[in-house]
Amino acid sequence: MNRSQRSTRGTVLVAAAAATALLAAGCSSTGGAKATSNSTGISAGKATTAHMTFAMVTHAAAGDTFWDIVRKGAEAAAAKDNVTLLYSNDPVASKQAALISNAIASKVDGIALTLSTPDSIIPVAKQAEAAGIPVDAFNQGENYWQQAGAIGYFGSDEKVAGAALGERLNTLSAKHDLCVIQQQGSVALEDRCAGVKSTFKGTTDTIYVNGADMSSVLSTLEAKLRQDTSIDQVTALGAPIALTALQAISAASSSAKVNTFDLSKDAAADIKSGKIEFSVDQQPYLEGYLAIDALWLDKVNGNTIGGGKVTLTGPAFVDSTNIASVYQYAQNGTR
Amino acid sequence: MTAPVTTPSPPPAAAPRGLAGRDSQRSLLHRFLARPEVGALVGAIAVYAFFWAVAPSFRPAGSLSLVLYQASTLGLMALPVGLLMIGGEFDLSAGVAVTTSSLAASMFSYQLTTNVWVGVSLALVLSLAIGLFNGVMLVKTKLPSFLVTLGTFLMLQGLNIAITKLITGNVATNDISDMAGFKTAHAVFAADIHIGGVAVKVTVFWWLGFVALGSWMLLRTKFGNWVFAVGGQKDSARAVGVPVARTKIILFMLVGLGAWFVGMHNLFQFNSIQSGTGIGNELLYIVAAVIGGCLLTGGFGSVVGPAIGAFIFGMVSQGIVFAGWDANWFQFFLGLMLLGAMLLNTWVQRQAARR
Repeated sequence: MNRSQRSTRGTVLVAAAAATALLAAGCSSTGGAKATSNSTGISAGKATTAHMTFAMVTHAAAGDTFWDIVRKGAEAAAAKDNVTLLYSNDPVASKQAALISNAIASKVDGIALTLSTPDSIIPVAKQAEAAGIPVDAFNQGENYWQQAGAIGYFGSDEKVAGAALGERLNTLSAKHDLCVIQQQGSVALEDRCAGVKSTFKGTTDTIYVNGADMSSVLSTLEAKLRQDTSIDQVTALGAPIALTALQAISAASSSAKVNTFDLSKDAAADIKSGKIEFSVDQQPYLEGYLAIDALWLDKVNGNTIGGGKVTLTGPAFVDSTNIASVYQYAQNGTR
Repeated sequence: MTAPVTTPSPPPAAAPRGLAGRDSQRSLLHRFLARPEVGALVGAIAVYAFFWAVAPSFRPAGSLSLVLYQASTLGLMALPVGLLMIGGEFDLSAGVAVTTSSLAASMFSYQLTTNVWVGVSLALVLSLAIGLFNGVMLVKTKLPSFLVTLGTFLMLQGLNIAITKLITGNVATNDISDMAGFKTAHAVFAADIHIGGVAVKVTVFWWLGFVALGSWMLLRTKFGNWVFAVGGQKDSARAVGVPVARTKIILFMLVGLGAWFVGMHNLFQFNSIQSGTGIGNELLYIVAAVIGGCLLTGGFGSVVGPAIGAFIFGMVSQGIVFAGWDANWFQFFLGLMLLGAMLLNTWVQRQAARR
């Protein structure tokens, strides 16, 4: 015991010494935080209406770039509307339902939720409405939000978005598209690929990769490109996957082009430089923003965004022709 | 080739050592078959032959290089995880610890605009500290490693996301590819080595080197004997003077070292890191070690075994793609082939025990 204690202390000392020595070591002359200007957050002033608390409950997995942007939009709207936002998420349907029940129990003033699993979420959405709490849906559930009694729906239809992408590929005279699904069994991702297949005149193949492990994504995509050299388009369903697809294409000496759904800092830069052909953007920031703003408008003025119909936030194409107007926002992490 | 003195006999493959002298010719083969990695080796040959037969695009050297790459990133972690299992413990935090290491290196270098090697070194200290924490917690609390490392797993998962968000404002790190030191770090951790027109990832060579080193350590050094001893008979090991606590702490720190190495590969291969990744890989590391003949109960196994296990996993996951099978069935085939490889593995070991 004594010995292990002594060795523990020794290790800590060595670590501290090493850290100090390293800090004294040279700095980078390129890149890094010093090279980046401070990005300013978005602010649209602040309402003087009564303070309220809204809950936003999504099916997002933690640490996902896309959902982080949705949340930023929601937070911007909450700040403007004098609202406290309680954000929570769980990809497991029953747990998402439980989070919504918690929000009902804590008597929030409104709930924004996603309907990726309508069977589990619709009953709790109805409980909220029975308790006098307005509910709206966003991102997923364009066919179910009315059934759930929601006051509105904000998002993009995944199949429509996929179909638009397929049409776009037709104009590029592509012949063989590989649609990469990074999470097996996700309804939204399957819908996107199904949408592409419905309109694309060439061949559409799907492949599953493990999105939690980029090195396995890289080797799986490279293997597929080597196995089938007729693939001339790769459709990524998320920006990080698109970046890895570019590496796989170069490693496999393939001439395939990459297109993607969603944006990120790095993907926007690659669209700007022409490495990625285009992105189908459903404007996650807008989804989060509208979902919160709609609850506030309903509360303070009885307004309905969408007037009883879905409010579409996409699909909007981002490519070399319009990246300039979007680029800075992507670098700030809000597009 | 000699098994350490303190190795307790594993249940099915047990080769009663006393019989060895009776028939030396048979015992040579017998001893070979009773080695932990032989079953996996037979499985690997079977899987290789299978995909060679059904998938023409599996045959070129470039495809083998790809399989080896997949195997190396898994195998670099399966090695210390396998050693830890021989030592009788688990580490469920190994998957996210890889992400923690790359996040730390990236954010530190970026935020303070230092040479990336500073971040790389600090990530090493952090990764070893996580291993130290797991080990010390285990030794002090006497809780099962399953629970201790489950706690660490969840904590790291939360820290990865929360701290990244706090520091960068996003859930992914910034691209560090234009920073000083990136080129050399990329060369060390993520370079492509060209051999006869085929690009092989540098991780493959590191992996093979570490396997050789680890195998030597396990079979030829005092520390290797300690590992077998603490995993098999902890109390009698302590009675004969094996430093049980220290051995276990070192094993956890070796897992930290592996996590650092793979984490650095991920960082310099992909330039920026998503904070939510790595979850679930801890199970793959354990799977590779188990396919490679490490017993879940500890005290038995090898370093070469987990390497072969990782190779089988790489072959199966890439082979399915090379064979062009329907993507919907991917996970099913993966599970089926792994189960098949393990059954063959057990069968070979049982045959060995019967002789």
